[in-house]
Amino acid sequence: MTDLAGHEVAVVDPELEHKAEAERARRGLFTALPSYVYLIFFFAIPLVTVFVFSFASRSRTGRPLLADWNLESWAKLVDPLVATIAWRSLWLAVVNTVLCLIIGYPFAYWIATRRRNVVRNVLLVLVLIPFWSNFLVRTYAWRTLLDSDGLITQFGEATGLWGQMLFTLPAVFIGLLYGYLPFMVLPLYAAIERIDWSLIEAARDLYASGSDAFRRVTLPLSRPGIVAGSILVFIPSLGAYVTPDILGGAKATLLGNYIVSQFGAARNWPFGASLSGAILIVMLLATVYYFRSGARTL
Amino acid sequence: MTEVRHPNPRFWYVPGSMPSPAVELTGVTKRFGEDIIAVDAVTLEIGDGEFFSLLGPSGCGKTTTLRMIAGLEFPTEGSIRIFGEEMGIRPPNKRPVNTVFQSYALFPHMSVFNNVAFGLQMSGVDGSEVRRRVNEAIDLVRLAGMASRSPRQLSGGQQQRVALARALVNRPKVLLLDEPLGALDLKLRQAMQLELKDIQQEVGITFVYVTHDQQEALTMSDRIGVMSEGELLQVGSPEEIYESPVNRFVADFIGETNFIDAEVTTPGEVRLGNGVLVKARTLSPPGSKVTLILRPEKLNINLPGDAIAPDRCQVSGRITRRIYYGDALFYEVDIGAATVDVMVENRPGITRWADGQEVVLDFHPKAAEAIPA
Repeated sequence: MTDLAGHEVAVVDPELEHKAEAERARRGLFTALPSYVYLIFFFAIPLVTVFVFSFASRSRTGRPLLADWNLESWAKLVDPLVATIAWRSLWLAVVNTVLCLIIGYPFAYWIATRRRNVVRNVLLVLVLIPFWSNFLVRTYAWRTLLDSDGLITQFGEATGLWGQMLFTLPAVFIGLLYGYLPFMVLPLYAAIERIDWSLIEAARDLYASGSDAFRRVTLPLSRPGIVAGSILVFIPSLGAYVTPDILGGAKATLLGNYIVSQFGAARNWPFGASLSGAILIVMLLATVYYFRSGARTL
Repeated sequence: MTEVRHPNPRFWYVPGSMPSPAVELTGVTKRFGEDIIAVDAVTLEIGDGEFFSLLGPSGCGKTTTLRMIAGLEFPTEGSIRIFGEEMGIRPPNKRPVNTVFQSYALFPHMSVFNNVAFGLQMSGVDGSEVRRRVNEAIDLVRLAGMASRSPRQLSGGQQQRVALARALVNRPKVLLLDEPLGALDLKLRQAMQLELKDIQQEVGITFVYVTHDQQEALTMSDRIGVMSEGELLQVGSPEEIYESPVNRFVADFIGETNFIDAEVTTPGEVRLGNGVLVKARTLSPPGSKVTLILRPEKLNINLPGDAIAPDRCQVSGRITRRIYYGDALFYEVDIGAATVDVMVENRPGITRWADGQEVVLDFHPKAAEAIPA
């Protein structure tokens, strides 16, 4: 092709453009490939396996048999015992989430409003430090502290405020709160830190008191952090069993322990699988609903 | 409440002439940390109903001054009074002022209506009254029909109007505006300048307007305060600021200016570097070093030998460069002592001077101001 002056002009071929586009897409796939492979092998396939086992039958000795497919273990979910255990777990998870929110919000707000970057970063690292040691080890450390000759119990008895805490409900909540607080603080921090400070100044300028400005501006704008933090705390709290076991003395069965026992002592893999699957589906639906309703008002 | 004004700005607000000015700053200083002085002993009176601009380059302390009036910062020293009332460390929600923020700071999670209603709701005005006044304010800024939109669905100019309505709806005694037109493009900015001025005259509220745009300050303000490095250098009407700048900084910041080093010979006359004597306004005593300020549009270009009125000063020179600006032509003229810019309006029939042309410049002595060097 030539231009008006008769010079050769290179023309971009639409075919070439498509090729470039496809090339870009391929490069994207290659970068993501390791994660895809990992997720397929260690997440998707095991999940499907669990799902498949929920329809399996059991031998006389309780060994799962991949034959005689049935819905028995799903039907067993309506057992009143399951409902009792589910309510107990749900209640524990809700209370823990609310406690994390009440304690985590002021802390996240305080970190996010520090003027100096260095101070903020140091405080965030402090929040993360507990993750540097094993969760089980940390939970056992709490056991030592809460035990009859532990520091906390001794202090409580000396002041007459409380007695031994180990193997009581407060001990379970202390453990859960301790374990999941960072999951609440971090998303809250991210949300609060992002809020444009001039919006709060504008509210103050428009006759809002400090608490009005918080209620009408800061709190609604930190909603994404509240939603994300609550999900991150609620979901693992619902399935928690190590903490209630170690600190609560396994007095009351929770969903987590119940599922573990199906795969262990009870030797009822199909029922354990259907329980796991049911929780997964319920949580998935709840999360989707939560995000949908959240996204509308954000 | 609209005030009928004398057409001559000289008869507008005179500091100290009213029982209590709208805003009164006395020795206001703001320090950040040990050695940063953002605002340095600013003393200023702003009259009731005045459109007052604080003008200066970024970092000159004008925004900090505005924030101190709003109560978003507190002065390290000095006093701020609003209609005679000492503000001290009173929080922003207890001051009779409202602010239009630079980035508008509209609440993203509220509709236009709720944004505008916020201040009224906070001060406990009842529902039907809120609705009436909010709709009135939305009409005033010509956003009728947009009340239920989210700020994100509005253009920059529309967001600016919401910010204005949100502040004005509270009928503050003083409205503070922090570079409210900074984010708009040129055409829209010019249109909004006139609109803001109209609204100000309609509501009769004192406006304190912060800007770094000298054109904006000149066209809108009753008076201007020029700031640099925390200090208030000059306060006066746009004409005073433009025609009689107190120092080189003010002259340089406002408009285009030629600076020529000179020395006072007798009162009313200065000698340029190359020995040429010209008449100029000056308060400096004979023998002192001065800087002669000559605005490019005050100079005329003539051919040598052309008749020039006897009351005008003359300087000969040579054209060294011509710059085409569309509405005007700028010539650089070497007059020996300095190179000066001369602006010639681009009217039909004007002479287009060529490079190297020997010329004679003339100007009226009143147009030449000599300030201490």
